[in-house]
Amino acid sequence: MATSVDLSVEIGSLKLKNPVMPASGCFAFGKEFADFYDLSVLGAITVKATTLEPRLGNPTPRVAETPGGMLNAIGLQNPGVEKIIAEELPHLRSYDIPVIVNVAGTTVEDYVAVTERLMDSTDVDAIEVNISCPNVKCGGIQFGTDPAQAAHVTREIKRVSKVPVIVKLSPNVTDIVAMAQAVEAAGADAISLINTLVGMSIDLNKKRPLIANGIGGLSGPAVKPVAVRMTYQVAQAVNIPLIGMGGIMTGEDAIEFMLAGASAVAVGTANFVNPMACPEIIEEIRTYCADHGVERVRDLQGLAWKELAR
Amino acid sequence: MARLTILEHKEIAHNMMWLVFTAPENLSYSPGQFLHIRVTDGVDHLLRRPISLCKVLGENGGIGIAYRVGGKGTKLLQAKKVGDTIDVLGPLGKGFHVHDEDKHVLLVGGGIGVPPMVELADKLTQRGVKVTSIVGFQNEKVAILIDELRHYGEVLVATNDGTLGQKGFVTDYMSDELLASADRFYACGPTPMLRAVQEKMKGKVEGYLSLEERMGCGIGACMACVTSCVREDGSVGYQKVCKDGPVFPAPEVVL
Repeated sequence: MATSVDLSVEIGSLKLKNPVMPASGCFAFGKEFADFYDLSVLGAITVKATTLEPRLGNPTPRVAETPGGMLNAIGLQNPGVEKIIAEELPHLRSYDIPVIVNVAGTTVEDYVAVTERLMDSTDVDAIEVNISCPNVKCGGIQFGTDPAQAAHVTREIKRVSKVPVIVKLSPNVTDIVAMAQAVEAAGADAISLINTLVGMSIDLNKKRPLIANGIGGLSGPAVKPVAVRMTYQVAQAVNIPLIGMGGIMTGEDAIEFMLAGASAVAVGTANFVNPMACPEIIEEIRTYCADHGVERVRDLQGLAWKELAR
Repeated sequence: MARLTILEHKEIAHNMMWLVFTAPENLSYSPGQFLHIRVTDGVDHLLRRPISLCKVLGENGGIGIAYRVGGKGTKLLQAKKVGDTIDVLGPLGKGFHVHDEDKHVLLVGGGIGVPPMVELADKLTQRGVKVTSIVGFQNEKVAILIDELRHYGEVLVATNDGTLGQKGFVTDYMSDELLASADRFYACGPTPMLRAVQEKMKGKVEGYLSLEERMGCGIGACMACVTSCVREDGSVGYQKVCKDGPVFPAPEVVL
């Protein structure tokens, strides 16, 4: 019986009724998707990157389609932490799900200030630290490509955060394991991986890059093998839970990340293609578990290497 | 979101296609809204294509769109046959706002911006509003929907090369006399045309512009399709074409 499968998972002290959440930046603040389904079915919700001051973002075109994926350079457009606390987060409280707020900044002080401000809100259950956005000139990815800087910003945020701190890593590094170990040592409660891969596409007729920013972040099914590999490597090297993401379109994709070692998964680009992607993926995970005699979805975690090690 | 069946699919001009879907259940719509269409069920050509609703063909008659075949995505759509089903989201966005007091309106369409004018012309004439359409195309080969618009009133045609109608631009038709007779205008087309129309109408005729921008989600979540607009306090900020638009009051848009 499909309904008897236990889909609950834990990310440190966060308890999720199932392992599926939208990825930050792909779900705004949830209202648009609430027109399609009850957000309470989600395992958690991760909202758009929040900065201290409002950000206008990059010029258009901001997206382009590529084989099996898309490039984006939105540039962290958001109304700033004050407005987000006042106008965006309260409605999410009406759903019975943990709310994870993605935090971005230009300096370490920015990250700390946004986190401190979010601690005044009762609507925040965890912080996801965005040290991996490739689409802003300052901040973001510069912290996410140097283990010492990543550890520094993590430590400073941990100092002020009263809720679990999840650090979102960039795949645009030589050694993802070193990055993961650095933020774990700095006190991160969990790790999200991966953010987008830096990419580019050029219009043959206009002889110009397809997106106004020139380069952008590649997401979608095209990046999934990279993301699964990084999840697999990091899961064996750290003791904190992982949220795997990168090109998840189906329940089977999600299962692949869990077998690689993720405790939970985030769905990004798929939400753009199909607004019902998250609830459909939850049901597909349930069906997979039922079909494979898996009673608790958390038992799948890391089986791809735990089996080999036995 | 629904899987709609193709009832009709044909070329109506060079690389210009006409496609009729079965109407989704409980269809509610306004002219100027768009359908967000998946061109494949696979993972390549992933993103949906926003295409304006052109004509709702009565009860159970279906819902018609006209589109230009440009890139690989629209080529995949072009290959679909009558009887095939396609994943369609919508109608989405904010369409044209119609004003009860209007007696005569101008519909201005350029190229692939002409299709949304057809349903709008239908809505307006049903209310007893006189409609004058001004449409512009590159040339005769890509001219579309002129006969459909003639059904609702006078149609003035401009082409860049003079192969059909008057040589020139849609704005060449906009005499002071014509503008003085109009209560409102509605325009959709390429940005240079919209900019010229916005300038021409400024202080003379109130109206709306329908914009196009590369979209991610079509429902307001991804922030990809923003456009600069003047806010109430005079400052300039971004609005989302998919959710706040695609139709905006002409004075608000910064082109």
